[in-house]
Amino acid sequence: MNGQTTCVEAVRHYLDKISASSHLNAWLEVYEVEALETAALLDKQRHSGSPLGRLHGVIVGIKDVICHKDHKVSAASRVLENFTSVYSATATDRLLADEAIIIGRQNCDEFAMGSSNENSAYGPVRNAIDEERVPGGSSGGSAVAVQAGMCMVSLGSDTGGSVRQPADFCGIVGMKPSYGSISRYGLIAYASSFDQIGILAKNVDDVKLVLDVIAGADEFDSTVKQKPSHIPALKKSYRFCYFQNALEHSSLDPTISEEIKGFIKKLTGEGHTVEPVAFDLLDYIVPTYYVLTTAEASSNLSRYDGVKYGYRNSNKENNLNELYQQTRSEGFGPEVKRRILLGTFVLSAGYFDAYFTKAQKVRRLLVDKTLKIFEEYDAIILPTVPTPAYKIGEKKDPVEIFLADIYTVYANLVGIPAISLPLFKNDKGLPFGLQLMSSQNNELHLLSLSKLLINLRFSGK
Amino acid sequence: MQVNDELVDQLSTLARLTFKPEEKEGIKTDLQKMISFIEKLNELDTTGVEPLLFMSDEVNVLREDEVKGSITREEGLLNAPLRDDKFFKVPKVIRK
Repeated sequence: MNGQTTCVEAVRHYLDKISASSHLNAWLEVYEVEALETAALLDKQRHSGSPLGRLHGVIVGIKDVICHKDHKVSAASRVLENFTSVYSATATDRLLADEAIIIGRQNCDEFAMGSSNENSAYGPVRNAIDEERVPGGSSGGSAVAVQAGMCMVSLGSDTGGSVRQPADFCGIVGMKPSYGSISRYGLIAYASSFDQIGILAKNVDDVKLVLDVIAGADEFDSTVKQKPSHIPALKKSYRFCYFQNALEHSSLDPTISEEIKGFIKKLTGEGHTVEPVAFDLLDYIVPTYYVLTTAEASSNLSRYDGVKYGYRNSNKENNLNELYQQTRSEGFGPEVKRRILLGTFVLSAGYFDAYFTKAQKVRRLLVDKTLKIFEEYDAIILPTVPTPAYKIGEKKDPVEIFLADIYTVYANLVGIPAISLPLFKNDKGLPFGLQLMSSQNNELHLLSLSKLLINLRFSGK
Repeated sequence: MQVNDELVDQLSTLARLTFKPEEKEGIKTDLQKMISFIEKLNELDTTGVEPLLFMSDEVNVLREDEVKGSITREEGLLNAPLRDDKFFKVPKVIRK
């Protein structure tokens, strides 16, 4: 706040934007009254001279998978339609403690499963750049909310690209920190060894500010790293690599390939080293990802049984087993059911070793290979997606949709931080990003490199 | 791996899901596609590789043994679709 405006005025501004863009369907609920009350309270505290929180008056939206006490959270599913959080996620608590204003909860793919936001039980979200196109997913509402100026920052979740891919499709910045950077307490679980809360914003500084507030050790999630990410020493030139076969991949849009190659030339022209590395596991990362995440999902989603909370089939003649089956069959959407079935398959007796254990072994190979890469390089450059935003209803085949995750799931499989930077546009004016990844627990390094790349891209050099 | 009706039925039972007859063909097709897709992993030799089980390097992250992060019974029952003042209710399980 620069003294020119107030929190109340800021909230009013964003509420107007939200109501003007309601047809984009980015929000499942907007907290008009509460946001204005919080803003008034913050204005009063500021005038009385209280020290300001680090996010004083920052207007935030949160994806509908992050718990916020006494507010609804539904994972964009019918199964949780009337569920009210009885506690807040650690990330939510930390936002509020540093005086952010949460203005609403955002539409997404059901249980964060999807990459187009067409799997929401509450309808698709539209991309503000071209309303016939998808915004990406699963954090589609969170991306569009930032893209269309309906909030300053969004919290999403990223299990296989669900923050970076919609950020790419919407022309904004989206970051997934390292596994264990931000507490998952209060994040509705999809695949627990992959899930991370991520941040969507218009610029890297905003991402960093929010990350500083919400990351770090938490008594309620023992997988969070206990030591903070170290601050890297600045160097004059950096060592980047890219996967040769990724930039030559048959599924990659030629414009994306050309732009990234051109940008690599620019980087080397500035004295940085950019080298190709052979990555022969590329075509195995998506299958590995789908074995492991569906297995974890089938286990995590077994809790939706119509007993403790959520939707319940009302047939009084049902026995307990029928109650479970009918509740789940009516409550879950088709994509969620498909993934539960596949996960049940890879975990079932007779198939467990051949599919699940096999994928855990490939995950080890991927981690080992990644450690070797970062012995030599500061960061990896990849596309975020193989194509820019496609039309709503255009993609139907589940495997075709899975394959589009080829560049993003890698970071979740090996636990490293990754960011999508909005550097490019194609001839139709559709944005696409560059993805940058650093070694595990080096998100601050990743953010400083991100700024360097953005400056280089837009400095006109 | 061939996906047949029997496998779909078995997985549905395990996952506590049911499918209408008209949905089944689609589910079978999708499952067949997805399983063929993940079978690509068989091309890789993973002999002697230890499966990776944990993504966090942190070991024995403990805190003081105090009641924290807990909710009251009322809060626990708040979202239950069918309950009395103390318990979740389910269809009768034991019949005489």
